[in-house]
Amino acid sequence: MADSDLALLARINKPDSQSLVGYLADGGYESFKKALSMSPNEVTDLVKNSGLRGRGGAGFPCGLKWTFLPKDHPGPIYMCVNADESEPGTFNNRILMEMDPHQLLGGIMLACRGTRATTAYIYLRYEYGRSFRTLEKAIAECYAQGLLGKNIQGTDFSLDIYVHRGAAAYICGEETGLIESLEGKRAWPRVKPPFPAIEGAFRKPTVVNNVETLCCVKHIFDRGISWFQSIGVPPDPNNPRDAGSYGPKLYQASGHVNRPGCWELPLGVTARELIEEQAGGVWKGRQAKAVIPGGLSTGFMTHAELDTPLDFNGPGKVGCLGLGTAAAVIIDDQTSMVDVLYNSCRFFAHESCGQCTPCREGTTWMTKILHRIRTGHGALRDLDLLKEVADSMGIMPGTTICGLADGAAWPVKNAMQKFRPEFEDYIQKKLTSQDPIRELVGTH
Amino acid sequence: MSSSSNNVVTDKMRQAIADYLPRYPSKQAVTLPALHIIQDEMRCVPQRAIEEVADMLELHPSQVHDTLSFYGFFRHEQTPLGQHRLWVCRSLSCMLRGGEQLLVELSKKLGIKPGETTPDGKVTLEFAECLGKCEGAPCVLMDDECHGDQTVDSVIALLENTASTLGQRSWAGGHHG
Repeated sequence: MADSDLALLARINKPDSQSLVGYLADGGYESFKKALSMSPNEVTDLVKNSGLRGRGGAGFPCGLKWTFLPKDHPGPIYMCVNADESEPGTFNNRILMEMDPHQLLGGIMLACRGTRATTAYIYLRYEYGRSFRTLEKAIAECYAQGLLGKNIQGTDFSLDIYVHRGAAAYICGEETGLIESLEGKRAWPRVKPPFPAIEGAFRKPTVVNNVETLCCVKHIFDRGISWFQSIGVPPDPNNPRDAGSYGPKLYQASGHVNRPGCWELPLGVTARELIEEQAGGVWKGRQAKAVIPGGLSTGFMTHAELDTPLDFNGPGKVGCLGLGTAAAVIIDDQTSMVDVLYNSCRFFAHESCGQCTPCREGTTWMTKILHRIRTGHGALRDLDLLKEVADSMGIMPGTTICGLADGAAWPVKNAMQKFRPEFEDYIQKKLTSQDPIRELVGTH
Repeated sequence: MSSSSNNVVTDKMRQAIADYLPRYPSKQAVTLPALHIIQDEMRCVPQRAIEEVADMLELHPSQVHDTLSFYGFFRHEQTPLGQHRLWVCRSLSCMLRGGEQLLVELSKKLGIKPGETTPDGKVTLEFAECLGKCEGAPCVLMDDECHGDQTVDSVIALLENTASTLGQRSWAGGHHG
């Protein structure tokens, strides 16, 4: 996209991109002031009609989520901002918070107007210390300017925003794990229903939205629905369940590319376009062997699948879990998929919260099996075993409370389906891989 | 809020913790902020502090311990953190660009394994899962500031140049407005 077309990243390179003065000079908070004269239902309808889908991974329609709140609830209603960005390969929320904090606050204010929420908690992963300090400063500026607090701009609308820091646990990005953690408990995801809209934080109706999603809300109010729907991919007319892939999206690329980074692009660019046109191609003149389309849990695309559009439907059509966070990780043709899959399984074993046995044990056993293979002790039947374990864990087979297990299983399923010959070759030749970290930290 | 002379959580820490209470409809929600405040100051969360936090938040000590132990972030008094905590990312994007090797070499250079602290008490080395700076792989987290495109030499320089930030950490609690 040309610089003039940018919305989400339009301000990040400005010298005063973090300050309220700079934000106001760019017309910031005007749409919020306008929304104060709209009813909450009108605000919600606008977001619903825009077709905005959640950017955090699941792609659930944002406005629709807000309508699940009970009508005429006496309150309080809570807004939780999911800023626990921890999916391997994903870093766009960090850029948004560090470089343009008022854009996010503007989106939160609009969302709270629409949902009638009077307190918003930004659940921020601990590791984002710079985001923490930037947001705290921006929030203080808003209170000083009468944009937060009681009776904002002389209306009956009151709102407090607080930043709540996590403590380094991936599972806190699961929305009910986030709520449990916010409440001061271990971040064990809740059985649903009840969904947070009915019974969420502190047992009150709650909406949980991702940082990038809320930033999109701000621009939908600034620029309108027709602008939003002029970008991206409309619903598939042959698929009545498709809600479309409208709007701009922050795509990320990391791993074996020449220029890792984050770009605002229309939903629906292909993996090949992302790698070649944005990320400067695969490094060292090599080819991509595999590409993770949207964060580790979305699995692998092969070299032959690089023309897949990265919209909400594309990755699923080639067997990946979904668009996820649109965080592509590029793996070159000199890299062993056995090593990549081991890294993946080790991550999920480390981050499984331990509540559901299939996930706690399954992630650990998949890691152990891959360790066995990597030390030259694997057998071909181990590959069937890996697939069996992966197929038996997750929401989809109905054995776990949350989707962490599906995300842990997906790279294994994709690897067994798309890269099995490489694993067979590795086992039959009794190849091994060094694991110096394991020598240092054991099986953690 | 007064503290007896036997308390390990100081008046200053107690005030910082109490400042968080108006933000939440439950006292238990202040558990994580309280643990952060204590560990920032004390470099660990002693058992006695767990009991005192429980007392402040009207919880059973086991409830505070249950939360604390879930996160793997908070240190027992037998293994306190050094002045600085250095996390080295080992997740996929960093691993593809040398993150695991960086951790191994830093471990050799500092003479400690991940989880351990240098004998001079200056730095605790840790491995981390994805730190969210994948465009700068391999990356490290020094306390809570992330640094990308790191080598062994750049991390050692970072350690040498980082003045102690202890006591400068801000935990702005309280009710806004």
